[in-house]
Amino acid sequence: MTPAGLEISGGETVLFWVIAPLMVLAALGLLFVKRAVHAAMCLVFVMVSMAILYIAQEAPFLGVVQVVVYTGAVMMLFLFVLMLVGVDASDSLTETIRGQRWIGVLIGIGLAVILGGVVANATFPPAAGLGGGDPGGVANPQALARVLFGDYVLAMEAVGVLLVTAAVGALVLTHRRRLTPKQTQESVADRRIKALPDGVVLTPLPPPGVYARSNAMDTPALGPDGEQVPQSVSRVLRIRGQERPAPEGPAVVVSTSSTRGATSSTPESERDA
Amino acid sequence: MNDVIGLAPWLIGIPLIGAAILLLGGKATDRWGHWLGVAASAASGVIGFILMFRMIGTPAEERSVDHHLWTWLSAGGLDVDLGLRLDPLSLVFVMLVTFVGTLIHVYSVAYMDHDPHRRRFFAYLNLFVAAMLTLVLADSYLLLFVGWEGVGLASYLLIGFWDTGRPSARENAVAAKKAFVMNRIGDMGLIAAMALLFAGTGALDFATTLSDDTLGSLSEGTATAIGLCLLLAACGKSAQFPLQAWLGDAMAGPTPVSALIHAATMVTAGVYLMVRSGPILEAAPTAQLVVVIVGAVTLLFGAVVGTAKDDIKKALAASTMSQIGYMMLAAGLGPAGYAFAIFHLLTHGFFKAGLFLGAGSVMHAMGDQTDMRRFGGLSRFLPITWITMGLGWLAILGIPPFSGFWSKDGIIEAAFIPVEGQPWRAWVFGTVAVLGAGITAFYMTRLFFMTFGGRRPRWTENQHPHEGSPLMWWPLVFLGVGSAALGLVLGVGGTFVTWLEPVVGHAEHHEPVLPVPVIITSTLVVVVLGALLAFRMYAMSLVPEEAPRGSFLTRAARRDLYQDAANETLVLKPAHGVARLLQVGDRDVVDRGWSLLPQVLSWFGAVFRKAQSGYVRSYAAGMAGGVLVIAVVAWLVVGLGGAQ
Amino acid sequence: MDITNYVVLAAVLFAIGATTVLLRRNAIVVFMGVELMLNATNLAFVTFARMHGDLTGQVLAFFVMVVAAAEVVVGLAIIVTIFRTRRSASVDDVNLLRG
Repeated sequence: MTPAGLEISGGETVLFWVIAPLMVLAALGLLFVKRAVHAAMCLVFVMVSMAILYIAQEAPFLGVVQVVVYTGAVMMLFLFVLMLVGVDASDSLTETIRGQRWIGVLIGIGLAVILGGVVANATFPPAAGLGGGDPGGVANPQALARVLFGDYVLAMEAVGVLLVTAAVGALVLTHRRRLTPKQTQESVADRRIKALPDGVVLTPLPPPGVYARSNAMDTPALGPDGEQVPQSVSRVLRIRGQERPAPEGPAVVVSTSSTRGATSSTPESERDA
Repeated sequence: MNDVIGLAPWLIGIPLIGAAILLLGGKATDRWGHWLGVAASAASGVIGFILMFRMIGTPAEERSVDHHLWTWLSAGGLDVDLGLRLDPLSLVFVMLVTFVGTLIHVYSVAYMDHDPHRRRFFAYLNLFVAAMLTLVLADSYLLLFVGWEGVGLASYLLIGFWDTGRPSARENAVAAKKAFVMNRIGDMGLIAAMALLFAGTGALDFATTLSDDTLGSLSEGTATAIGLCLLLAACGKSAQFPLQAWLGDAMAGPTPVSALIHAATMVTAGVYLMVRSGPILEAAPTAQLVVVIVGAVTLLFGAVVGTAKDDIKKALAASTMSQIGYMMLAAGLGPAGYAFAIFHLLTHGFFKAGLFLGAGSVMHAMGDQTDMRRFGGLSRFLPITWITMGLGWLAILGIPPFSGFWSKDGIIEAAFIPVEGQPWRAWVFGTVAVLGAGITAFYMTRLFFMTFGGRRPRWTENQHPHEGSPLMWWPLVFLGVGSAALGLVLGVGGTFVTWLEPVVGHAEHHEPVLPVPVIITSTLVVVVLGALLAFRMYAMSLVPEEAPRGSFLTRAARRDLYQDAANETLVLKPAHGVARLLQVGDRDVVDRGWSLLPQVLSWFGAVFRKAQSGYVRSYAAGMAGGVLVIAVVAWLVVGLGGAQ
Repeated sequence: MDITNYVVLAAVLFAIGATTVLLRRNAIVVFMGVELMLNATNLAFVTFARMHGDLTGQVLAFFVMVVAAAEVVVGLAIIVTIFRTRRSASVDDVNLLRG
């Protein structure tokens, strides 16, 4: 069924030695980069490289699936969630659990040594290969499909159910119940009308004054009676004390401080609302 | 017989329904409740009469009928059928219980007239009648046990009837509890006897267990054990030595109760049990001997205590104990004694009930005074009571032709019948019986003359004794006539003995060690001597109002021969000691030992708690480390590449 | 080149993934570590399939991918929920089961 013996071509050797160190580097990036987004990019690189290795290893279908499912769907999901959680939420790399870092490093190295050691010491049969890209060979996707929908059809169905369940589960988990009534334009308008007796101004507030001397937003406008209108200056500026008094003019001049004191009781938050 | 047997369950049913109505009906039945109680008891009596007359018309060998009602228990190999046994023996009891019971019901209507809880009293009395009839009509030990417990309950409730919860009523509560607890000891004996019987024969009904085949298969040791257990039960219920202490205190209950339960019927249930179980006892001569000894000891015990008591009811209670001792003695003598045990039981039921009701009448007249030293000279004021109690007095003395003579004399004669191989028995028990008769004559004469005799009344101030209502003295008259004539009617020609023969078996005629006329004469001489002595001491001379110190024996008898002190020392103190020991052991060994376990566990918990940091990464490190360790171990064990 | 090099690469990637799980605190990065471990096993599966000339390895790898996809969906949903209530994606903050 399969050609006895498998020679690994020179091209593949080169491919491996180019890709493998890069993959390890990218994987290490997962350990050392600060930002989760960068870690995700590293992982994307590892996965795409993995797809290439699959194709090189006579698994073209899996290579494509790897790109579509992992890089295309799973990693995108990761990125979405990262955006939801906050892209720039960088992760401090200082360890908080005492001894965890050394334990982790030791276990990592230990795993690598043990697994590598086992692989190195095991005696494998001579590689058989899958018959390359030969249309009659077992490597082509039709053969895989035959196995999947022949021997493993029940598992396929079960996995399908699992996927649906997971999708519904995710919906249920992330569903947020609305605790307050939904705000509509109508309800906002009603609320403001009802607040009218409390001194809320319905109309747009007057814009700041524009004078020959300066047309900054930090100068209050003058009303028709020549009075200064404090609400015309942004609330932020007023709180910071960066407001500038209006220039003296032919109109009646009123001390700014008394004006401010007299009108400061007017609620002004509506400007921002 | 079979056409009226269907009435038998109603003997029990009617009083039971009466009790239920009175207990559940509440205050609504207060006005007519006592008459319902009387009616229920009387209805039972009428049914008893019907059954009795039908039985008299039946041939002797067909008189024993088992009336099956329904299957009670069916569990594995145990099938207990609930049924009633009607035979001459049980019908004697039915007549006694219903007739005397009805008279006492009537008496109580007047006696309890002023009691606010009269309805409850009649409910308990009806309950008692139902339970007592269950006891005597049962066709198996198990149903008998139901009745046995029922009468115990009724007795407990009625002794404590006047326990109002106030400190002054403490005596009633204590007396009720004492009776209850001592009866439980006896009940334990009955349960043990049933267990042994079931283990030995596989059945509990009389028909099977008492048959010759079944008993033949029992070893003598088993039969002795069963007999002794039954005796323990009888001792508890009938206040026989050594479980006699409760009866005197039980007099705290209303006097009709003392008359019905603690004189005429319930306390004789032990004798019934002995006679009913006669075949078992006959298979165990040792047990029989113990029965006789218990009877003899109690006979003397009660008689001696009776001589010193000044409380009229307690003196009568001691007398009851003594008279039941006679019955027990007779029951232990085998077929020769059974009939006379029951005969004496019957006559005693009449004359002792009469004496108690008479005492109640005296107390009623004297404002609930019970101290005989405060009576005296009452014969002029209470003529009916005087005459009826006089009849009872003559009856208990055994003066011919009054009823006690016929029954007691039979017992004394039976006691003198020699037993093969043990010639001492006839002499010892015969002498005890005669001696007991003498002491009985002494204390009863003392009681009679201290109450009615004497010219100078020793009353407390402002007492105007007079007879009670007809409801009270008519029962006295009936019982007095019974005391006088019953023995004559049933005893002449051995009518009663013949009547019981189908049940207790025919007794071979044995000659006593002394000729019969000699026994009768000497007994009468002893009785007359005792009576004359008492007459001289209490009728001819003045009775001091305060009891003199008296000899050592008098003081001992006054304190019931130190029975309470003996119980205290022999039973209570060791039991307290054991309880205290167990308590200390439980606290210091068991409890401490067990509390050590949680301490150790909580220490382990405190240690391992630290591992539960709550950090997922620590747990993950643990898992990964575990994988690593397993991999290393596997590698070392299997060896590198060893899988090849 | 020997085909076992692929397996060694898989082992190294797996170890790195495991270390990531142990050392990083951001739940999302921890998740990525898990994904890396799954991918490493997939590489081993594919390599063994080729080594033995048997497609079963590839089938298994396929199933691992599908299950991993499902796992990611649910896992990320949990992370989002936790983040929503606790304003943090650090696995160390979720330690209510401390003994």
